[in-house]
Parts: sequence; C-alpha cells; structure tokens
Amino acid sequence: MTTFDLNGRAVSAHSPDDTPLLWVIRDELGLTGTKFGCGIGFCGACTVHVEGRATRSCITPIGAVAGAKVTTIEGLDPQGKHSVQAAWLELQVPQCGYCQPGQIMQAATLLKDFPNPSDRDIDAVMAGSVCRCMTYVRIRTAIKLAAAKMRGGALE
Amino acid sequence: MNSGLSPHGFRAPYDPSRRGFLITIIGAGVMLGYARSGWAAAELLAKEAKAPLSPNELFEPTIWYGIDTNGVVTVNIIRAEMGQHVGTALARIVADELEADWSKVKIVIVDSDPKWGLMITGGSWSVWQSFPVLSRSGAAGRIALIEEGAKLLGVSPRICAARNGAVHTGERSISYGDIVARGDLRRRYTNEQLEKIPIKTPAQRRFIGKAAQALDVPSKVNGSGRYGIDAAVDGMIYARPKIPPTRYDSKVIAIDDSAARRLPGYIKSLGLDDPSGTAPGWVMVYADSFTTANRAADLVKVKWQSGPSAKVSERDLQQRAAELIADPKGGALLVDDSGVDVVFASAKRKIERTYTTATAMHFALEPINALAFEKNDVFEIHTGNQWQSAILPVLAKALGRSQDKIVIRSYLLGGGFGRRLDGDYAVPAALAAKAVGRPVKMVCTREDDMRFDCPRSASAQVLRLAWGDDNRVAAMDHHAAAGWPTATIAPYFQLKDAKGNLYDPFAIQGADHWYTVGAQRVRALHNDLADRTFRSGYLRSVGAGWTSWAVESFMDEAAHEAGVDPVKFRLGLLDGVGRNAGSAPNSVGGAHRQAAVLSRCAQKAGWGSALPKDVGLGIASTFGQERGMPTWVACAARVRVNRINGYVTVEKLTLVIDCGTVIHPDSAEAQVEGAALWGLSLALHEGTEFVKGQPKDTNLDSYRVLRMGDVPEIEVEFLPSTETPVGLGEPATTPVAPAIANAIFAATGARVRHLPIRPQAVLEALARGS
Repeated sequence: MTTFDLNGRAVSAHSPDDTPLLWVIRDELGLTGTKFGCGIGFCGACTVHVEGRATRSCITPIGAVAGAKVTTIEGLDPQGKHSVQAAWLELQVPQCGYCQPGQIMQAATLLKDFPNPSDRDIDAVMAGSVCRCMTYVRIRTAIKLAAAKMRGGALE
Repeated sequence: MNSGLSPHGFRAPYDPSRRGFLITIIGAGVMLGYARSGWAAAELLAKEAKAPLSPNELFEPTIWYGIDTNGVVTVNIIRAEMGQHVGTALARIVADELEADWSKVKIVIVDSDPKWGLMITGGSWSVWQSFPVLSRSGAAGRIALIEEGAKLLGVSPRICAARNGAVHTGERSISYGDIVARGDLRRRYTNEQLEKIPIKTPAQRRFIGKAAQALDVPSKVNGSGRYGIDAAVDGMIYARPKIPPTRYDSKVIAIDDSAARRLPGYIKSLGLDDPSGTAPGWVMVYADSFTTANRAADLVKVKWQSGPSAKVSERDLQQRAAELIADPKGGALLVDDSGVDVVFASAKRKIERTYTTATAMHFALEPINALAFEKNDVFEIHTGNQWQSAILPVLAKALGRSQDKIVIRSYLLGGGFGRRLDGDYAVPAALAAKAVGRPVKMVCTREDDMRFDCPRSASAQVLRLAWGDDNRVAAMDHHAAAGWPTATIAPYFQLKDAKGNLYDPFAIQGADHWYTVGAQRVRALHNDLADRTFRSGYLRSVGAGWTSWAVESFMDEAAHEAGVDPVKFRLGLLDGVGRNAGSAPNSVGGAHRQAAVLSRCAQKAGWGSALPKDVGLGIASTFGQERGMPTWVACAARVRVNRINGYVTVEKLTLVIDCGTVIHPDSAEAQVEGAALWGLSLALHEGTEFVKGQPKDTNLDSYRVLRMGDVPEIEVEFLPSTETPVGLGEPATTPVAPAIANAIFAATGARVRHLPIRPQAVLEALARGS
C-alpha cells in the first residue's frame, strides 16, 4: 500500500508499488482528467505535478511518490480557475481536449520557472506535450496570456 | 464531371422535402423535429385526427431539439465532438432561426438510434449536411412560438416578434418557457408548408457568423470531460488484446499464459471468435486492472499461423501501385474525355511526373478503447466513434444479434482525424465482453493502437500534361493508386464510373480538379495489396491529401516547364468555363472562387517579392475535397532550406479560405489552423513504412509528429461569403504539402516528389539540380 497526498487529500493506493501513477489515479482513485497517450512519457498527456514539478505519470511508479504531494488537473485550482485554465478558456484553446489537462499542467510549471516566458522557453518546455489537433498556436498565446494574468496585467 | 462523384445521397436523410415536421409535447416540454423516415405527414395527420398521440408515439419522430418550461432549449447532436466544436455550431444554427436565448441553449450528444438516420461525422460534412434541416427546424419552432405566444398575449401574431427566447408585442412579452407551459404548441407542417417557411437572410442573423464560446470547452480545461477511455460500469474487468502478426487470416495455434498466471489479478486469456472477420486471430487478456492486463499481455505467448501479408513491405506496396498504373486497363475513369491520347500523341511539348506518399498513421492521442456489456438484453458499447451507422451492422454480425439490440453510447473523442470512422475496435471489445459474460473495458496500448490503425495508405500517382501548338494546355492525364478505405469499411458507399467500374470516391477526390485543361482523364486504381495487408483508413482529407499533393506539385512543375509564373499559370486555367462553372447551391462561382482565394493568398503572402538566399515562397490551391461541396483554399508556404543537411524549416503559412457562410468563426479558424498544421506534419514529419506486414513505427520514440517548436507563424483569412456553408475540418490540410515542396523548389531549384519530405530527399534533389 502506498500513501500520498492527492490534490490536498491523503490517499492510499493498494496497487503494487511498481504500478504507474497514471493508472492508480485514473482507475483506483477515479480521477480521469489525467490521460493516457503513449505510455512511454513522450506525449505529455499524463502530466501531473509531483511536489510541484511536472511529471509524466505513465512512467512514474507509485512507489516513487510515497508521501509526496501529487496534483492533477482536478486539483490545480479548487474552482478550476487557475490563471492557465482561465487563459485556456478565454482563448478557447482546446479542440478535442484530450491532451489539454497535460498541456495545462505543464504550462503551469513553465510559468513558475519562467514568469515571462519567451517563445524559445515555450518551445523548449512544451516540446514534450503533443497536441494532435495542433492547437499549438493558441497554446503559445494562452501561456503568454496566463503569464500576464499572473503578473496582474493583460496580454502584451 | 461524373455527376455521381459527390456523395450527395448522404444528405438525403435530412431532406425536409420528403418528410413532415412535428412539434409535439413530451414530458414538461415540446420537441421539434422531422417526421421519421417512411411516415408521410398525411398519415400522421390522419392518425392524430382519430386520437391524440400517446407519449410513446410522440417520441417516435426524429427529434432535433426540445424546449422545456424554463425555456431551456436542448439541441440533440448526432455528430461526434472531436475538436471541431460541432455541437456549438449546430446549436447556433437552430438558435438563430429560433430566436433563442443563447444562455439557455444546451447540447446533448446522442447515442446511436435508428431515428437519427445516418450517423457519421466525417468528410467535413456536418455543418453542410445539417444547415438546411436545422435552419428550418429553428424557423418552424419560432413561427409556432409566435402564434401561440400571440394567443396568450391576446394579440395578433402579426404584431408579435420573437427575440432572445421570448415573444414580444409592444412593451409586453412572454417567455418561451411560459409559452411551453401554458400554450398548446402542437403543430404539424406539411412538406409544402415547410418549404415555404422563410429562412433568415444573412443580414438578419444573430448567432451565425458571430463570436461565442464553444459549449464543450469548459469541460476540457478542468478535467471533467468524459472520453471513451473514461467510461466505467460497476463490475467491469479490463482487457488488453494480443494483436496477431497480420491484419487478416491470422489463426491462433496455441496460447501459453503460464507466466501471466503468476500476476495477482490476472484472469485469463481467450482467443476471440469473430464471425464478422473484423478482428481475426485476436487474443484477449483479461485482468482486474488495466495495468495487470497490460503486463499480462506482455507475458502471454501466442503462437499464430499468420496470413499471406506477413511478408509485405512498403516497397511492395509501391511496386504494386506502379504496376497498376503501368497497365492501361483496370481501375475506374471518373473523368474520361475523348481525345486525351490523340492530344498526347501529337503534342510537341508534354510533361510527366510521378508523385508518391508513404504510409501515414492517425495517432489520435486517445488510444482506441471500448467498454462493452449486455444489459436488459441490449449490448451497450461505450466508446467515441465517428460512424455509428457503419459499424452497427458489423457488430450485429459479430455478436449474432439484431442491430436494435445494440447501442453505441457516445463520448468525447480524444482525436478523430478519421481513425474513428472505422469502428473496428468496437468489435473485439464487444466479443471480449460476450465471451466472459460480464462488462469488459478493452484498452489498447499505443503500440496496439498503431498496429491496429487503419493508416493513410501509401499512394503513387502519375500525372501527364500536354500543350497544344498554341501553347495552351490541351490535355491532362492523372492516374492514382492507393488503398481504398471505402472498399473495406463501407463498400456500399463506393460509386461507379460510366462503364460500371466501382471506385472509392474518397480515395480519388481532388484529382477531379477545377482547372480547365482540355481533354482530361482521371483514373482511380485500387491498390489491392495494400487492402490485403491492412485496412486502409480515412485520414484527415483522405484522398485529397495525396491527390492535391500531386496536382499542386505538378501545376508548379508544369508552370516552370512552360516558363510561366505558377500563380499566373493556375489563374489562366481557373477560367470557370464549362464543367468548372460551378452550380447552385454548393459550388456557385466554381473555379472563379478558387482563383479568388489563390489571388488573395499570393497578394497576402507577398508573392513575387525578393527573399533571402535559400528562402522560398511556394503556393498551392485546392477545392478541399469534393467537387460537390468545394471549400476553396489557398496556401503559401515560406520555407528556409539548409543546403548542408537538407533540413527544411517552414517559417510561415498563409491561408485564404472561402467556405461559404462561416457559422462559428472562432472554431472555423481553429479548424483551419489545425488542418494546416496536419498538412505540415504530414509534409515533413509523419510517415512510416510497412515491414513484414506491420507498420514499422508504433510509438513516439520513432514516429515523429509536429511539436510546439515546429510550428511556423500562421495567417488565416476567410473571404467573406453568404454562400452555402460547406466543410472546414479537413480542406486546409490539402494545399500545405505541395506549397512546401513548391517553396523548396523556389528556394533552391530542388524538386521533391515524395511525402514525407525527409532531409535526405532534399539533399538528393539538391544534388540532382532541378
């Protein structure tokens, strides 16, 4: 049994220690916002935060998060109104939406590291997050809008 | 052009001229919709005259929307929500004519039911097919609400107007909810009455063409959206398949699960018996969790007898295509003018080129999956799907039960792109549940998904063009060989040429272009080896994805051969004469509209201006996919070529589109961006090859897709239009690859003729010169 903090709540998972965090979150703990895309950490759909860092949950065994703080898209903001989510909504970023929880979780940590990200920062950090609907143009703009929101301003 | 080319028949289920229209009371609201197929309006009237319809009968008509006593309008969406925000676009068509309060409009994505008619989300057809029926539905509802509202207000309907979910007269008004609660809205319109219902003029529209947030977006930023992979039911177990070595004719010889049995939670492994032949030789590995099923599947050893395609490689597919093209017999001639051979025999100047494309994968981010179980004698399949009407009869055959005992429950799709037009994945899931008599959720890994994909077939095309003595283009000949998705997935949707030869219209569309080229021939050839090796599939823009690649690369080559500017060359052929004149309602203006997007795109992209060394501007223009519903598109690509390593960087894409009336501008723009970037991804990155009957690349460790840093600057412009709304999901895919290849030529004089364009091919082309 592995105990960890999921979105501010203590949870216990009964799956074996080497079970990927993704499937524990989805199938055992019932939070399905985190998605399965490639299973090898190359698409970013399964991105969650572990102790505030963007982490590919499909290749992270739950044994590795024992005692850690894990945040999923459902827990990013209690009202679902994190600046990144607000920017995503305002610019109508999602198309099919399947990759977007992962994109949003990745973008949220990007903005912690780069409060005013350049295009190169965005290219580098978001390189691991695939969007097959190709919403990349809006993702880029929304990251900049979210950065502006977090600084308390509008998009430059 | 063959009048049968465009599958206009697909619009038939919604043709209001063949049905009556009903407004009926149901529960605490009213429903509005067309009468079910086969029910003449007169019959319904006669029935009602005798006795009021019972609630069950009231539920029988095909129903498009309802209004409850709170005035909430619920629009039933029969299309898959897979990124196009189609529910929002369709609801706004209804709401506009209905004069609804948009804040009270909801959408429901419905489950499969014969009452909806043909359920398909593909071909960029949704808005085009639904616009006429939903407009009239909305208008009929508005008229009824005004009549009944006027009665309740005690005035003549002539001095009433509907607006924002209420009927108004002077200072007084009554809300739609109150009219539903207090009035009697039951109405029956005959076909004649319905046809006379006026639809708004473009200037009168309030929602169409205006901005609005898409109704499906909020659930996609907070994790609450439910996709097929999120489906769950009490008591379900999980299964992952062991996919056989060949798509067809694989037989299970032995299953050894001794290693898997050591895993706690492993249940068992079973070979599936599939009477429909959809998933032959599949073994299903069951467990109490997906992780265990996944690991167990890796441990289970299956011995198969594989089918004859076990040795087929990509080169064999291309060789077969070349053989078919080289043989003047065979295939279907969807354009077959007399005199083509005569012109070529006597022409002093002619050009012939061959273009090829590699196998390309869908890689929808949500791997295929389905939850299946039997409940109350009905088999339920919970999964995202684009063509319920095609897979239901297959499921019926597989399960040995009638279609009315099977339902496909709808979910959001984690990407469609045509993958889920082929509902084949529902079959093994259903058989897996049937075999164990309990709910089973089948989830494929990415590798399973790729091996079971219905890829975009490899293609080969030979194009020839001849000039007459007057230097005018006098003949064109186009031969295209590829897998034909429709031949496998829905053979009854194939068309026949003048001599009765069957062909898949979706695998050749685009070749029957709008250029006036004199005597013209277009021959579609079925790459039978491809379709014996895999199920070729529909991939965003389907045949137009490769035919446009060939036609628009070829137009560029022909222009250079003739020593004419490529834009001027095309404009000279887009004369809108004869069969290229266009016709109402779908292609008014014909080739002139293609000329318009091309001209505007050239102007916008700075065609003809000086560019730095090794930077080039290339252009291409298409009519999207189908002649019957053309979406006019032009794309200019500005690329930089690295002569040392052959690397191509696309710096900017400029797109100009004329899709007729734009319903929902924000999602229209998003569809064009997405489609154009798909075009870019297929041009430079995406492609695999068949090796021993299987696609070589099965995950992102080797299958390259477009990522953030690959995205160029994009400019999109819609030409203003009030013509019939056509399609937008796919058309912008089609001109991008040829625009890039033409830009590479403009930058360096190197001509590439194979997709995807790899750096090695650019280096080889540079070495060859032009």
